[in-house]
Amino acid sequence: MTSTPATPPPTIGSGHEGSISDQISAYFRGVRQGEMGALPAIGGFLVLVILFSFLDANFLTPLNFANLLTQAATLMMLAMALVFVILLGEIDLSAGVTSGVGASIFIVLVHNFDVHWIASLIIALITGFAIGSFIGVFVAKVGIPSFVVTLGLFLGFQGLQLIIIGSGGAYRIGNETPEISAIMNKNMPIWLGWTFLVIALVLAIAIALWDRARRTRAGVANRPLALMWARLGAISIAGVLFVALLSLNRAPSRGSLNGVAIETNAIEGVPIVVPIAIAILWAGTFILDRTRFGRHLYAVGGNPEAARRAGIKVASIRITAFIICSTLAVVSGIFDASRIGVVTAATGSQIVLSGVAAAVVGGVSLFGGRGRLTHAAIGALVIAVIANGLGLLGLPAGINFLVTGGVLILAAAFDAVSRKRAGGALTR
Amino acid sequence: MVVPVIELTGIVKSFGPVDVLKGVDLKAFAGKVTALVGDNGAGKSTLVKGLAGVQPYDGGSVKFNGEEVTLHTPREASALGIEVVYQDLALAENLDIVQNMFLGREDTRFGTLDEGTMERQASETLQGLSVRTVKSVRQKVSSLSGGQRQTVAIARSVLKNAKVVILDEPTAALGVAQTEQVLNLVRRLADSGVAVIIISHNLVDVFKVADYISVLYLGTMVASIATADTNSDDVVGYITGSKTYKGQNV
Repeated sequence: MTSTPATPPPTIGSGHEGSISDQISAYFRGVRQGEMGALPAIGGFLVLVILFSFLDANFLTPLNFANLLTQAATLMMLAMALVFVILLGEIDLSAGVTSGVGASIFIVLVHNFDVHWIASLIIALITGFAIGSFIGVFVAKVGIPSFVVTLGLFLGFQGLQLIIIGSGGAYRIGNETPEISAIMNKNMPIWLGWTFLVIALVLAIAIALWDRARRTRAGVANRPLALMWARLGAISIAGVLFVALLSLNRAPSRGSLNGVAIETNAIEGVPIVVPIAIAILWAGTFILDRTRFGRHLYAVGGNPEAARRAGIKVASIRITAFIICSTLAVVSGIFDASRIGVVTAATGSQIVLSGVAAAVVGGVSLFGGRGRLTHAAIGALVIAVIANGLGLLGLPAGINFLVTGGVLILAAAFDAVSRKRAGGALTR
Repeated sequence: MVVPVIELTGIVKSFGPVDVLKGVDLKAFAGKVTALVGDNGAGKSTLVKGLAGVQPYDGGSVKFNGEEVTLHTPREASALGIEVVYQDLALAENLDIVQNMFLGREDTRFGTLDEGTMERQASETLQGLSVRTVKSVRQKVSSLSGGQRQTVAIARSVLKNAKVVILDEPTAALGVAQTEQVLNLVRRLADSGVAVIIISHNLVDVFKVADYISVLYLGTMVASIATADTNSDDVVGYITGSKTYKGQNV
């Protein structure tokens, strides 16, 4: 039997103490230990951007930048949807066809039944909600692996969509609902883009200050104030560059005819999809990081048994995650319909594995418990930039698939090796 | 006579035709460590699961601070301040120490997690237990050693003022130094006024840390003795059934 030591124990830190250089070295220590987050994906993105800008003069232009954003938005939304179930170590193979079914129901209601587009949109989202509840109950209550349930739906919903749309049918979005068509094809006025940026930055600063105030009130250490301002400053600069770039007129010049310049309509402003996607990203991240539901989602993904013993209602967490996934999948289906301009029986049938790939490339673990929405968003950008760049180069579509697959395996291998080298603390 | 925090009398439990507990008595006192020993199948786990409210007893009386109570659900047990640290610890490796300690009972403010308050309480609890092996409460559990994980699991149990902490084989998978650390922690836990019940197969550990030893043999409590009044040979005899305790039970 040992007596309690007389000396007081050393204070236990929280990682918030120390100077800026302490914080920076702690960050790099974490990276070396395999806490890479989205770093490999960001690195890959930059490499691809540099590569393509050397290979094709049209790549690094404001027009292509805006194109890239709209090309990535559908995949980004689907990948973010999938993160909620992937964090549980589950999978939703039906997310793609769910997005297609949602878009089909939306357009058929608008076209065939003259339902107002807002009402149709709400009904489509409710359909997503219902599909998610169905999957969730079968996974969490009946106990069928999510792979099997959603594989069944993947097959079944292709048929459902065929029935809704009709064989060979195609509905044009532009004629029916210019509002939905505008999401991907129209830009906000320049002043509105700047207004959104200001709102976002004010919100970011307010939340950062609020967090500090809360920690101070609780009597725990805060990171250096300068670090907070440096981070916010970096975000501000990136935001200003982003909006400024999209505020340039990106219409291709048509040259001149007989010495008279051909006038083209200006294409300028932030695409409407951008604030929608950022708002969903922000709201989802808020839920995952700052609410009990989010914390419990990560816990169930990390160790369901521990979560159960801690009194967490594991089944309802699972069901909620599937509901969020399917509902956001419908949003991605609407995005897709907006960009492509038509809804057919095949809408959404191909995209789901790209969504999973985007999440994995971004650093979300398929084993559950590890990953963030921003990771999926960055992963989606990587996959979109491959398609975009190779498309500009005029390479055959086959190359696109090959490169995308290669990048996925490379990203997964990079993650696995970095973790193994760090001592395999987390073998997943 | 000190009133025990937990007093079990005549506890019976059977699974179908198999009587696992055949009228067991057990006492645990505030500030004392009671070791529960016995061979595999003696009924240790069943006894503990009943205390945790996971598998209610079929019969017998449970007194908590001298008052008759029921333990039919885990919620009833934890409302009384009875916490169990299972052998497999049940920590979420992807979460950090604070997140694990508060899992399922997070503090919130305005609907959002109050990280600062939880962080402060977590480090106060760890410091209260004189834990010196943990550098930061924001370390991921995946980066902790076995002994540190045990520490987190124990700290989690005492976080909300537990009165009784039951530890299932806390040193089973640990090396020498880590075992020492955990045993010290168990001692400090008891010194802080908690009644500790520790299940262990390791008699060296038991004699190092326990104030009382209770021996289960095939569903019967064959001996409850102060550690000072017995020795390892006798306890092995009681466990295997080759010796019979003749003295007075505690």
